[in-house]
Amino acid sequence: MASPGLKVAIQHYDLDGSRALQNLALTLPAGRFTCLLGPSGIGKTSLIKLIAGLWPGASVQADDGKAVTGRLAMMAQQDQLLPWLTCRENVLLGPALRGEKLDTARADALLAAVGLPDVAGRRPQTLSGGMRQRVAIARTLMEDRAIVLMDEPFSALDAVTRHQLQDLAFRLLKGRTVLLVTHSPLEALRLADQLLILGGDPPTLTAIDLPDEPPLRAIDDPAVLQKQAELMSLLLEATGSEQAA
Amino acid sequence: MRWLITSAVVLAAWEAAVWLFDIKPFLLPPPTSVISTLVARADLLAGHAWITLVEILAGLAIGFVIGGLSALLLTAFAPARRWLLPLLVVSQALPVFALAPLLVLWFGYGMASKIAMAVLIIYFPVTVAFFDGLKRTEQGWLEMASVMGAPPMAILWQLRVPAALPALASGLRVAASVAPIGAIVGEWVGSSAGLGYLMLHANARMQIDLMFASLLILAVMALTLYFTLDAGLRRLTSWQQESHN
Repeated sequence: MASPGLKVAIQHYDLDGSRALQNLALTLPAGRFTCLLGPSGIGKTSLIKLIAGLWPGASVQADDGKAVTGRLAMMAQQDQLLPWLTCRENVLLGPALRGEKLDTARADALLAAVGLPDVAGRRPQTLSGGMRQRVAIARTLMEDRAIVLMDEPFSALDAVTRHQLQDLAFRLLKGRTVLLVTHSPLEALRLADQLLILGGDPPTLTAIDLPDEPPLRAIDDPAVLQKQAELMSLLLEATGSEQAA
Repeated sequence: MRWLITSAVVLAAWEAAVWLFDIKPFLLPPPTSVISTLVARADLLAGHAWITLVEILAGLAIGFVIGGLSALLLTAFAPARRWLLPLLVVSQALPVFALAPLLVLWFGYGMASKIAMAVLIIYFPVTVAFFDGLKRTEQGWLEMASVMGAPPMAILWQLRVPAALPALASGLRVAASVAPIGAIVGEWVGSSAGLGYLMLHANARMQIDLMFASLLILAVMALTLYFTLDAGLRRLTSWQQESHN
């Protein structure tokens, strides 16, 4: 599967009465991880939903000229697993909803790939938060889409689990065009091929230089740690100016 | 076990009160004489109980089907919502019992008018509970399904309906507890068979022990119905987590 790059442009989108996303343009390079950082409430989730086409208001174009619809998958902060289905059935949800043939063997293989070979017949509510999010990753992979949008998928997890799932996501989503929204500078620095910050009022996008080393970057790399400190102060600034406004 | 002891104590107190205060048997027969009537007139009671049971079960089944379909219709079609919902609410302003004589006039003295009565009082709780559940599907699930490219009918049947099952179950529990009322009131207004008919008849002839025996059968029938349905519904919605405290 060749993953296309995406060009996204947003003219104007009202977030609430007083704030709006306007004149935003971003490019998601083909087959790369783009991470988007920003203070909470700035409109990161709105941006994801606009790109996914759930809300109208964004122009999204693939650089191979084909339509984007049907070529993207989305992963949210909540795992969105359906409690009445088993984990295997949850992984197979997309094909089931579209009335396609259910490839059970592939679903089981994906569950094994995310490190859960034994949960296929269990209901999600019997699993821990980290395990549930792994099932959600398997469901996203089952969709096998070239473009994957992720909205803070690991933010509800503890630090160690989050670290493991970043590794897992990086490995399994390699080669796809990924947009990962996060509020964690370290997460962004580990995974990003391109790093953007959404901040200010009105919100604007700023590209951030990344350490020379390619992802997946080590968390104890001095360059990464140095950058993390810089990002923190940048984010603090963005948040501070918001509060002042 | 606990309710066995409770009912034994209540029955003993009842028996004792009748002897102690020398209550006339045509006002309040002692439990022992109710039991002996129950045994002596078993054939008569069973025949009438069967009629009432069929009325209740048929009422429940028909009310469930019509109520369920109405809720689905209201969910799937916006015009149905605009036109039918106000009608539904207004119809509830009419006390259903006031319609009983009319139903007997339209559907005759037989079972049909009693079934119609039961259907009428079940319809509203089933429809409203199910419709309410169908409206409250988690937004995140719907967005996920939309990105997955699910057709609207698949979203209705595979997401909205299962998610609304606990709400439908609540409606059905209410229905199971009021259905016997519908059947009995129907029988009181005009009938030639059924426990309600038998009670009126026995009352008029001062056969209070027979009346109590009918009442006892009715209570056992209603309780069995409720708990059987409850157990089935629990199994069906076992994925739903209950809070224990």
